[in-house]
This record gives sequence, structure tokens and C-alpha cells, in this order.
Amino acid sequence: MPENTKQQDKNESLTRRRFLKSSGIALGGLAVGGALGSLIPFKEKTSVENVKSDKKTENYNLALMYFTQEQFRMVEAATERIFPADDNGPGAKELGVAYFIDHQLSGDWGFNSREYMQPPFFKGEKVQGYQGRIRRREIFDIGLRELQNYSLTKYKKNFIDLSDEEQDDVLTDFAEDKVNLTTISASGFFTMLRSGTLEGAYSDPLYSGNRNMEGWKMRNYPGSQMAYTDVIDKKFTVIPPVSLKDHLGH
Amino acid sequence: MAKKLPKVDVVIVGVGWAGGIIAAELTKQGLNCVGLERGKERKTEDYFMVHDELRYALRYEMMQDLSKETITFRGNEKIRALPMRQYGSFLLGDGLGGAGVHWNGQTYRFLPYDFEIRSKTIERYGEKKIPKDMTIQDWGITYDELEPYFDKFEKMAGISGEENPLGGKRSNPYPTPPMKTTPVLEKFKKAATNLKLHPYNRPSANLSEAYTNPDGVSRAACQYCAYCERFGCEYGAKADPVVTVLPVAKKTGKFEIRTHSNVRRVLKTGNKATGVLYVDTTTGEEIEQPADIVVLTSYVFNNVRLLLQSGIGRPYDPKTGTGVIGKNYAYQVQKGSATGFFEKEEFNTFAGAGSLGMVIDDYNGDNFDHSKLNFIHGGSIAISQTGLRPISNNKVPKGTPSWGKEFKENSIKYANRTLSVGGQGSSMPFKHHYLDLDPTYKDEFGDPLIRITYDFEEQDRQLAKYLNERCVEIMKEMGADQIDSMNELGPYDITTYQSTHNTGGVIMGADPNTSAVNNYMQMWDAENVFVIGATAFAHNGGYNPTGTVGALSYRAAEGILSYKQKGGILA
Repeated sequence: MPENTKQQDKNESLTRRRFLKSSGIALGGLAVGGALGSLIPFKEKTSVENVKSDKKTENYNLALMYFTQEQFRMVEAATERIFPADDNGPGAKELGVAYFIDHQLSGDWGFNSREYMQPPFFKGEKVQGYQGRIRRREIFDIGLRELQNYSLTKYKKNFIDLSDEEQDDVLTDFAEDKVNLTTISASGFFTMLRSGTLEGAYSDPLYSGNRNMEGWKMRNYPGSQMAYTDVIDKKFTVIPPVSLKDHLGH
Repeated sequence: MAKKLPKVDVVIVGVGWAGGIIAAELTKQGLNCVGLERGKERKTEDYFMVHDELRYALRYEMMQDLSKETITFRGNEKIRALPMRQYGSFLLGDGLGGAGVHWNGQTYRFLPYDFEIRSKTIERYGEKKIPKDMTIQDWGITYDELEPYFDKFEKMAGISGEENPLGGKRSNPYPTPPMKTTPVLEKFKKAATNLKLHPYNRPSANLSEAYTNPDGVSRAACQYCAYCERFGCEYGAKADPVVTVLPVAKKTGKFEIRTHSNVRRVLKTGNKATGVLYVDTTTGEEIEQPADIVVLTSYVFNNVRLLLQSGIGRPYDPKTGTGVIGKNYAYQVQKGSATGFFEKEEFNTFAGAGSLGMVIDDYNGDNFDHSKLNFIHGGSIAISQTGLRPISNNKVPKGTPSWGKEFKENSIKYANRTLSVGGQGSSMPFKHHYLDLDPTYKDEFGDPLIRITYDFEEQDRQLAKYLNERCVEIMKEMGADQIDSMNELGPYDITTYQSTHNTGGVIMGADPNTSAVNNYMQMWDAENVFVIGATAFAHNGGYNPTGTVGALSYRAAEGILSYKQKGGILA
């Protein structure tokens, strides 16, 4: 670990030096403040402490804020079918997508708190968008319950006990609205599950998904780099990813 | 009873590009200005953690909180308008600098044809070319008259670019050289040149090199970090009001910005405004700010809404086509595009800048013959390298399922092997496309939301199809192994992002009967009210609107200074 950190520190300061050069700040002597000012000296203060500490860091984020254990398992299984492990790398389960969705549901997104939720509620045209009164966390409660019910009816088994093919079959029926639900749209729920999966696979690891940046590594996405001035006019370049955590220097 | 403050020369409602330019220009000349901004303070230091796709691009960190205020929408008058409960088609800015902070920085000048669209269309094709309900009209100003103001905006912002071979005449070159021509752009340039088209580097507000503007404001060069649209720039390299015009206004000591100040009414006596009524949203207190001149510089929807709520100007009536406030709402036709998949090549498309691109205008405006075409105008066609962020960019060739094993394989395989050529189609106004107050839905204060009545027309379907075919031709020449593109435009759908280029509602013109403001953005019906922004566009062109909004803002600033001295209607 310390070895890695050192290497990373080295890479970081190189990037920073390169940035200063390419931005014309160091050369032109322009007084440019902003986030730049705070970015540049940050590193030196913290790196020393990091090297000293050899304690293993536990990830205390791997716990649930909203789902029941049963819901969590179902989300793990369903998202793994949407984004399965393969030769490219880990699937949704290993990336922590279910934790991501759980944590998102406990905040603004789960409560639709920055969306217009005032009555009256009318059914609209498709092009007018979502017009329901139910919020995302309730949609997940209902959707997961119905996913379970549908699995029990069709296969006499819990969703998580179905084979991969059977799980795909159930999810397809949801995606194609072959399941008739009264309170929510089956395909609407599936779409939310799918977009949550991609968000969990590829958002900054800060949000509990994309574990160890494995989602980014699979597709050679460099994550949160400060600058691309060195590669922008070059042929395809693989750059090891960095995350927002790296910008805080620990 | 609202608290009444001392009178100022000018009150500015909304502190984005237009508000910032007005503040800088007027305070330089000694006028006392107050800027009321409903959102929060913003500064470059806010963006230390900005490379966060989830927070900024998908959770809309910088956008207006829709729980407090949104718009309602219907395709036509027979349908019940319903609120836009979640973001989709366009993103409303909020906070200091407004949408001018989270834009890409693509900074065009509308074409000479745009400003005289009706006259020029009739001149070349006859009046019959214009469909019965299409309400295009000349803007009451020509490109040549507006040219010095474009120049001023470009110098202030430090626009990086090269001359558009098919654009209007320029008095000066761009203040900074074009952005880098990357392998992706080079590919497009070569293909377009082979096809005898006229490619040029997209004019960019992401600085190609360090720049000091005429006001003495210095900014660093763009780092191609790939987080522009929907994000603020942590380098201050992307021109936005907070790093350009606002510091200039503040330095005069004549400008006071009040954030968290949401204006609900323009107050008036007779045909003149006396000030505005606003709410301090941190305390709930109602405050009256009297002023000699009221300048509305909020986004399109709020400029129109404030006038309708305040009873200023004649509301538009779609039945008779009379009245002006809310008239000629237009949008854009963004769906004519082609996506190419390349088997043998990968690109650094994870890197980019908001305005990094290569453009052709051969199919824009009236740069091509429309005699045998069932539409007028056109659109710019471009390849853009804005940075493909991983959550939002998972293109797979047609026939791939949208989830599961094959989806994962293909989305990863093509993550860096996909290029898109897109048309930015113009949008013509129609008699039945307009903005008015919604009869049912309210904002957090109980004021009615603005209602959009709008759908795509045959003009748009034909235009989208035409641009789509041109995009496919270019993509073929670029050597893509597979090309996917749109089959049909379909109805206007508010749920999918297209562009935040909404226009019209308080349009400019030479005739008080058919326009709301003159070519100084001064209201015909209230001479001390100036309404600035894309609201003034009589139709929407085939470009991003900000360059033209900037030019109109400088023009309006000149008008306001002249009005302050002489009074009366200026044009």
C-alpha cells in the first residue's frame, strides 16, 4: 500500500507540474486564483501522514441506509443481470452497485426532493414525462415486492433463487411491461434500476459503487484527471484512473 | 407591507451573462446598479470537486430546484399542460452567473440571414415559401449593425477561433487562436474537405491560451479536462460572468449583488416601471426596490413570466395572432445526427472541452438552395469533443440489447470507439407556439408557472431528415464501420435532453405591433423597461445562442445609457 501511495503521489505532482506549465500560469506569471490556488499546495501537507500510517483502512460505508436485507439481495441480483461480471471485469455486484442505489435512495434522489411534486396529478402524454405522486424509494419498495411476487407466481421461487436465465426472463417481462402493475409502471421501475446500475458502475467511488475504480478501468476511463493537455492531440492513450479522493491528497 | 429600499438608477433582475454585461457597462459609466439573483453566490473555488459526473451532470447540482419552480408543457392547445416534474429536454440555470456558468462555451454569431429572415426568404423564393402559420419576421436590426457588439462580446470573453468561411463579415479576428485540432477533429475536417464543404474550428469560450481582456481581467488556458457542460470551470478558463464581467462591475463600487433575492413583480405606474418587488428567500421578507430603469435579464421563461404577472406589455393571443408577450417561442431541432462505430481505432474521447469541435455551415441559414426543399433555414453540423463521461455515454450499435451480457460487452468495447456528428437545427416560430401563464400549477409563492405550448412541425421533420442525411454522408467519409442514425424526428419530447436553447417570448423588431422590444431591447409599451436575452430572438438559428445574446446585451447597455440621458423611445 505505501508503495502504491508513493507512486501515486509522484504521478500526482507530475500532473500538477505539467498543468502549471501548460496553463501558462507559472510561465506567464498571471495572478489566477480560484480553485487553482487551493489545488496546488494541498498535496504536500497530507502525503507525509499517509506514508506513516500502515493501518488497514476499513470501508465502513458498506452498510445499508434504506433497503432491508432482502431488498438489498434482490437489487444485487437484478443489477448483476443488467451488468454481469465477464471477461472485461466485475459486474454490478462486485462493483457495489446495490450499495450505491441504497445510499442514493436515502437522500435527495430517493425523496425526489429537488423535483416538482405538487398536485394535482393527472395522467399525461408520454412526452410530458413522469406525472406520478410516488417517490423513488416507494417505487423501489413496490417494484421489488412485485418482482418477488412475479417470480413466485411464474417460477414458484424467490427472485434471488432463480437461475440467471429465469432472472433475465422476469426482468425482460418488467422491461417490456408484460407485468401488469397498478401503482407503478413496470418498465419505469426497470428503467430506474438500469440507470441506477450504470450510475453505480461508473460514478466516482465516493458514492460506494465503482469499487476500486474497477468500472472505469474496464473501459479505460481515466476518472477525475486535472488536465488532458498532454494527450488531447495524441492518439488513444491509456491513463490509470484517479478519483476525487485523490484530489484531497489522501 | 413590503419594506421599501432607497431608489437606485437601475435594478437588474437575474445576474447571468446579460445581467453581468449590463452591470459592467452601466457601472463603468457611473450608474448605480443593484443585481437581484434568486440563487446563491458562486465562485471558482466552488469547483474543487467538480469532476463528479453523478453530482453535476445527473443530479443537476447547478440547476434550478424544480421543487420550487418549474414550467408546464403541452404539445398543443387541446392537451392539458402538465408540470415538468424532472429535468429532461433543457436545464434551467440558477445562482450567480446563471446558465452562463454551466454552458459549454460554444460562441457563434447568428448569420446575416437570421436577422432579415423574412425579407431574404421572400426575396429569394417568394412569399409562398413561408407556410401560413409560420410567423418568421425580421429582427429590426441587421448583422452589420450588430457586428461591433459581437466583437465586443468576443473580446471580453476571449473567444478562441478562426474565421467561418461562410459566416458574416468580421471587423477583427478572434482575440485568441482556435483550440487544438485533435485527431477526432482532424478526421472530420478531412472528410468535410473531401466532400467540398467548409470546416472551421468551433469558436470557443474555453480559452486556447492565457488571455487578458480589455477590462484587464486575466484568465488561464483550458486544460481539456472534459467537464464543461453542466459543470463550473475550476480554472476560470471557460468564460462565465463570475470570472469576467461581474468583477469589473464590482470594482466600480457602483454594483451591489443581492443573492437569494427572487423577484415576483415589476411594479409600475401608468406606462412606466417604478421598481421591483422581491422576496429575500433566506428570511421570507418582501422587499421593494425602486429604480429609474428596470432590466430583466433572467432566463427566457422568467423574463416572460414576470411581464405577464406584472401586467406589462400586451399578452400574445394565439387565436388572433395579436399581442406580443409570449409570442414566437422557439426551440431547436437537435436530432439530425449520425453515430459512427470504429472497429480499428480508439480515440481520446474521454478528454475534451465544451467548445472543442469542428463545424460546417454549408447547410446552415440560406447558405444552400432551398428551392426544392420543404423547409427554410438549416443548421450547423459539427463534431464535438466535449469529453464522453462514462455514465451518460454508453452507445452500442443498433441491434444490441439495452442491458445484460451483450450490452455490457459492446458498451465497453465501443466506449472509446464512437464518434458522433450532429446537426444543430434552427427552429422557426409558429402562430400556435407560445408561452403564457398556467391556469393550474403554481410556484413556491403561489404564482402561476409559465406554460409552454410547442411541438415539432413539418418544417422541423424535413429539416431533421435533411441534416441527418448530411451527417451520415460525413460519417461515411470519416470511415466508420457502422453508422446509426435517427429515422424520424417524432413529437417534441420534454423528457430527453436536447438543448438549453429556448428562445422568444419578448421578441425584438421594428414594428411595435408585432414585436415587444426595439433593437435596444427597450419595451415599446414601457420605455424604462429593458428585456434582454434569447427572449428577444424572433426565431432560433442553427447555432448556440449565447454569442448573439452577448451582442444584444452590449447593444442594450448602450441603449440604456442613452435612455438615462435623453429618455424616450430609442428606435
